[in-house]
Amino acid sequence: MSVKSKSIQNKSKDERLRKVSRLKVLLNRPELGALGGSILVFIFFGIVAGDTGMFSAYGTINFLEVSANLGIIAVAAALLMIGGEFDLSVGSMIGFAGICIAIPAIYWGWPLWCSILFAFSMAVLVGYTNGILVVRTGLPSFIVTLAMLFILRGATLALTRLITGRTQVPGLRVLIENDPIAWIFSADAFKGLFSWLGSLGIIALRQDGTPLATGVPASVLWWIGMTIFATWLLMKTRYGNWIFASGGDKLGARNVGVPVGRVKISLFIGTAVAATIYACVQVLDAGSADTMRGFLKELEAIVAAVVGGCLLTGGYGSAIGAAFGALIFGTVSMGIYYTDVDTDWFKVFLGGMMLIAVIFNNYIRRRVTENK
Amino acid sequence: MSKNLVEFNNISKFFGSVIALKDVTMHIKKGQIMCLLGDNGAGKSTLIKTLSGVHKPTRGEIIVEGKKTIFDSPRDALDLGIATVYQDLALVSLMSVTRNFFMGREPMKGFGPFKTFDVEKANNIASERMGQIGIDVRDPSQAVGTMSGGERQCLAISRAIYFGAKVLILDEPTSALGVHQASVVLKYIVKAATSGLGVILITHNVHHAYPVGNSFTILNRGKSMGTFEKKDLSREKLLGMMAGGEELDKLEVELKEIDRTLKN
Repeated sequence: MSVKSKSIQNKSKDERLRKVSRLKVLLNRPELGALGGSILVFIFFGIVAGDTGMFSAYGTINFLEVSANLGIIAVAAALLMIGGEFDLSVGSMIGFAGICIAIPAIYWGWPLWCSILFAFSMAVLVGYTNGILVVRTGLPSFIVTLAMLFILRGATLALTRLITGRTQVPGLRVLIENDPIAWIFSADAFKGLFSWLGSLGIIALRQDGTPLATGVPASVLWWIGMTIFATWLLMKTRYGNWIFASGGDKLGARNVGVPVGRVKISLFIGTAVAATIYACVQVLDAGSADTMRGFLKELEAIVAAVVGGCLLTGGYGSAIGAAFGALIFGTVSMGIYYTDVDTDWFKVFLGGMMLIAVIFNNYIRRRVTENK
Repeated sequence: MSKNLVEFNNISKFFGSVIALKDVTMHIKKGQIMCLLGDNGAGKSTLIKTLSGVHKPTRGEIIVEGKKTIFDSPRDALDLGIATVYQDLALVSLMSVTRNFFMGREPMKGFGPFKTFDVEKANNIASERMGQIGIDVRDPSQAVGTMSGGERQCLAISRAIYFGAKVLILDEPTSALGVHQASVVLKYIVKAATSGLGVILITHNVHHAYPVGNSFTILNRGKSMGTFEKKDLSREKLLGMMAGGEELDKLEVELKEIDRTLKN
């Protein structure tokens, strides 16, 4: 890396070339705001709640799990926002996917893995419908997916009540045990490590000798894995370049041969699939599906993506930023219980943070595009 | 040299009852700059879009290197080496120079599903290509938004050439530029033509077109007023033939008329 940058500098001996410090380069990254925000949040809770058990293994797993759930959908939402569109139907899709897993498994006797695959195929269908509607009609995705928000939520409620007579479907827990794929969404990782740490007395134990925090939840691994995958997509693949191009200038991208429509449709499928991963994690964790699951999650995902540096107008942003946005969200929403602050204030914080993030991101964009 | 790279024969384009283009014929030769001149509303944009595959001509034929073809999409035209640099340049200002240069045609490395965008190679090619036209890309990962108008124009043209354009269609490449930048861009266009490309330069600025053009087609209200070689045409005559010419003459007469009546 250092050799290469040196050779470029040798090639272009421009007297107008100003040396740009590493700090300045860093300042132009979209995820900087969320990264800085995360650090601030951790410092804050470290001071306020450092000795309350928030940062014990158990407490850490707790706020990481909340962050992870949001992070899974926020990363996909960030990719879609960079591609220039919104998906407001993510929250409803979570509820819909939940009952797509539960009803076939409980009422129709499908094997669990089969109903999970069914939920994912429904997600692809919903995402494709969103995408094709936006691309074909040219309507703002805000409107199209807002309609889908109501349609999916309504259908979830109506179908569940029609089939089961109520709005909740419990009883999934017994099915998880022997299922070949359910562990992907429900198992804890590094259990041995946690037991070992427990036996050494580093992390807290229950009375029966098992550690309080049994391992790293699957959702956290999904969150990290998806962030890495999305970042790789954005930075290192052709498709990633197409996402930036489709969001930055739809017409321009099309004129140089970027298949803008296909890119956008695939991104809509991505958010719906991410919502289904979220649903799998939640349904298998709780052992039941609820028609109201995922309520307002679409907005939280957008908040995380925006805090993470995505521009509402598209063409700019980062998956790592969105992951950090989700981390801030999760840390504060759980951390607030460890402080004396009334939890009612959480939403105030959320809105304030989003405002600051948008103002900050606007400034960053101007820096990047106006040669400062 | 007499062989035409591209021929557009009797191209007509109707939008419903509107005749946007009527029987426009143009031939483009290798190494030549053909200027397409016309006032606002003369049908320049429609013609470009028809030449580049955005619109299908209602009537007429397009012959590329001797073969009759129909463009179904801009991609078809591009595949045959007809590249269009639109006025908006198809550049994304939030994206880096490199990412713009290779937008839609990224160089890849690796195998199968692990094929990745070869950023390093792309960076090197982009700064090398830009260096060739005398633009120092200080850092190929800088956003295009930081470049000047002329630099952006050159980036868009150099991108088209890099990706194998045989015929370049340039839509008003100098209209938004200052005098110095315009001359930089024009110089680059001449250089591109001498290296063997055919260029269609669309402009309404005679002063930019005349010095660089080999032949001139004048468009007026959707019809071609003919194609003229440079030797048969003086700058004044060319100015006169632009839509404004006659109108301005008429205006002069009318003004004199008004002047006379006022004096009397």
